Amino acid sequence: MTTETLIGQEVKRVEDHALITGRGQYVDDLRLPGLLHLALVRSPYGHAKINRIDVSAAANADGVVSVFTGADLAEQLGSLPAGWLLDEETAGMKAPEHPPLAFEKVRYVGDAVAAVVANSPAAASDAVALVEVDYEPLDAVTDAEKATADGAPIVHDDAPGNLAFDWSVGAGDYEAAAAEADVVVSERIINQRLIPNPMEARGIMADYNGGTDQLTIWTSTQIPHLVRLLFSLVTGHPEHKVRVVAPDVGGGFGCKLYLYAEEVICGIVAKQLERPVKWIESRTENYVATTHGRDHIADAEICGTSDGIVTGLKVHVYANLGGYLSTFAPAIPTILFGLMLGGCYKFENLSCTVKGVFTNTTPVDAYRGAGRPEATYVVERMMERYAHEIGRDVLGVRRRNFVRPFKRGHDMPIGVTYDSGNYQGALAAALDKFDYQAFRAEQRAARREGKLLGVGFSTYIEICGMAPSAVAGALGAGAGLWESSTVRVHPTGTVTVFTGTSPHGQGHETTLAQITSSRLGIPMENVEVVHGDTERHQFGTGTFGSRSLAVGGEALMMSLDKVIDKAKQIAAHEMGVDSKQVSFENGTFYVEDIQEREIPWGDVALGAYWAKNLPDGLEPGLEAVSFFDPQNFTWPFGTHVAVIEIDEMTGETKLARYVAIDDVGNVINPMIVDGMVHGGIAQGVGQALQECAVYSDDGQLMTGSMMDYAVPTAEDFPNFETGRTVTPTTVNSLGAKGAGETGTIAASPAVVNAAVDALKHLGVTHLNMPLSAEKMWRTIQDAKEARRARRSAAARRGN
Amino acid sequence: MNAEVTITINGSAHRLQVPPRALLSQVLRDELDLTGTHVGCDTSSCGACTVLVDGNATKSCTMFAVQADGCSVTTVEGLASNGELHPIQEAFREKHGLQCGFCTPGMMITAVQILERNPSPTEEEIRSGLRGNLCRCTGYHNIVAAVQHAAATSGGE
Repeated sequence: MTTETLIGQEVKRVEDHALITGRGQYVDDLRLPGLLHLALVRSPYGHAKINRIDVSAAANADGVVSVFTGADLAEQLGSLPAGWLLDEETAGMKAPEHPPLAFEKVRYVGDAVAAVVANSPAAASDAVALVEVDYEPLDAVTDAEKATADGAPIVHDDAPGNLAFDWSVGAGDYEAAAAEADVVVSERIINQRLIPNPMEARGIMADYNGGTDQLTIWTSTQIPHLVRLLFSLVTGHPEHKVRVVAPDVGGGFGCKLYLYAEEVICGIVAKQLERPVKWIESRTENYVATTHGRDHIADAEICGTSDGIVTGLKVHVYANLGGYLSTFAPAIPTILFGLMLGGCYKFENLSCTVKGVFTNTTPVDAYRGAGRPEATYVVERMMERYAHEIGRDVLGVRRRNFVRPFKRGHDMPIGVTYDSGNYQGALAAALDKFDYQAFRAEQRAARREGKLLGVGFSTYIEICGMAPSAVAGALGAGAGLWESSTVRVHPTGTVTVFTGTSPHGQGHETTLAQITSSRLGIPMENVEVVHGDTERHQFGTGTFGSRSLAVGGEALMMSLDKVIDKAKQIAAHEMGVDSKQVSFENGTFYVEDIQEREIPWGDVALGAYWAKNLPDGLEPGLEAVSFFDPQNFTWPFGTHVAVIEIDEMTGETKLARYVAIDDVGNVINPMIVDGMVHGGIAQGVGQALQECAVYSDDGQLMTGSMMDYAVPTAEDFPNFETGRTVTPTTVNSLGAKGAGETGTIAASPAVVNAAVDALKHLGVTHLNMPLSAEKMWRTIQDAKEARRARRSAAARRGN
Repeated sequence: MNAEVTITINGSAHRLQVPPRALLSQVLRDELDLTGTHVGCDTSSCGACTVLVDGNATKSCTMFAVQADGCSVTTVEGLASNGELHPIQEAFREKHGLQCGFCTPGMMITAVQILERNPSPTEEEIRSGLRGNLCRCTGYHNIVAAVQHAAATSGGE
């Protein structure tokens, strides 16, 4: 097999064999002798004082081993930390205590108050019903804007006005720009709350060895090393005595990116009982106990000239954070939102303020895209809103305002530097696939037949490759965001790659093996990629923010280079030449122009361990460890086009066509990248058309199961038409920007823009997601009613 | 209190003592260690637990094990035979029809039924047939492609 060609090839995934034959190992598939099962008693109230908890009936039930309340374990469980804190002085950051088991007050439906441990899952869940909790219900607040009003119920006494922070960022002088502008357009834009819904809910198994004080936690997570670190900080159990394993993980999308209460509870209960303990989250539990995403109320204003030059954007956001700060919650609606608001446009005046608000709802944190979809939605929606207002074409206005193509950095007014970009190129590639003029003709013809068609665009940009540690640290990150790798060459020349990234569907075992195989010139089957186990790899940051290849892949490249350098020294010594004379290609070390001087990779690997003929002073063995800390983020971009068809009679709104051109820099495996783009699009379209988490005013989640929350099905989508332009990043040697989130970021504005386009002739200027049939039907009826009223008023004036 | 049932699972007859409340999915996973059948929800919505019961794709989380007495059940572990992958397994790998893999066993079992009932389904028929199985990773695009590929390689058109 010629290995050099594997970069950029559609190599089939090495992960798949186990998964298609039922041999995957997700947490619930793991077994230990003497395993106990843990179930949690959760608050049915959005906000209540806990007067008393009586566990006696539950403790005496058949099969029950023990019942713990928050008061029993307050000392051992500690308080869950926020791992990203904004500046206290400028943003007024508040980080209230977050007990894993609530013992004074519950702050959302689903807040856990007691843990039941039993011999079987059934005995544990039966006994949950026997725990008597005397709650004193308090007034609740679920809407972020209302929570900041005078007299609103207070979620945390140490966060007055329910404010976790009041953060701002800006550039230029928006107010001056607006005063001078020909046109100022404002809109209230709601980015509704979503429930992430990985197909595997969370699950945890913990085992404690009292003889060695060693605690092992298997958990469905995206960040095993950070879970270990945070667990240790919270509980005081020494970090080197904790092993965290992420086995097969059934999807994450951001919601498995934190230290969760259950991880602490299971670990501490296993330690208390010296018995292995497993907790498996039911889907209904997942809907209240696992973080939600989005939930922004944004008041946006855009200003510009009457001929299409945008001069400024102002955004004020109420960001709902839920009942407590989840691990990354403060970063999502601030850094990952505010710094994105320049989009791919030239305007220089920007004002952004974000109030992070506590409410009596499930905590909100990253959900695929995390801040960037919210920002892109505001920017791309307002660009089209402005274009409509001045009566110009949405593409013409975008072209007029695009930043010009650049290859080596572009400073944005907000203070970030984009790595490389060609926004015109991506738009042109999209229009190669999508005939805009033909569509406009089709749209007019369809309207004459009573069919409403619309097209919407999203010329998005995103911030990926998390992250340069010093920058992240200055912005509030509580940990470095570099990535690490180890390349261990075995004496036979096979290789184990250890990565600190932690995949849950992204195919790292394949992609990283492709890189290793290509670089070393050995077959892919001679490469094993290990991840997700703190005992096998020393430290890593995990998988999120489209970072695994852009940061983790580069850490791998560094280790491969180190291994090759050492191998060259060994080969040179063997051949009796200087190592500078030695070249390495396709698995062979050779000296240019000397045919007979060739040593294959395997011989050098063996020589490194046999050590009978090493250069003086060179250590035996062939292994390298590397840490890559990028100097900048990466900035993927692209153009997505959605065509929406609306049934005028019923309001039913369908996605008729979807074209996506993404520029994620260089691509290692196009099949895997396309797959991630498809999934991202589906989540973005799902948000636009059907998904929405709804709370009642007293804090009940009204969409509390898969029967109530509209997770999209295969019937909800057409096939997606994907393509790429390639503008490599200079941030890493792979030239890869990251591809995990493009679809989610781009899709929702494209779809909503399309729906507004379809109804523009009726005077509709904005629609809030999701575009349910009922909402669309009402919008159409109201718009027609308003048009009739306008016409008859005009007719009366005419008389 | 336990009831005795006899269920043929992936071709082998099993006589089992099961609690009346035990779901078929629980017995497959916990008694027989056939953990390829996944449970992704508690409302019969996601389809990750889908198995064939007497040839019909069935959500095993919504059936008591005692109801399967005398039935023949095929799980994902029973799709391959004599070391050869089933065409639908080959197709999911070939067309990248899975990412995290959690929905995959149920998705493939449902796909087997779709193709048994209609060897040459249209894209629309495939999408309709898959609507009881949720996937959050693939946007269904490559799952549909995998079912089309399996149809083509199994002799359908």
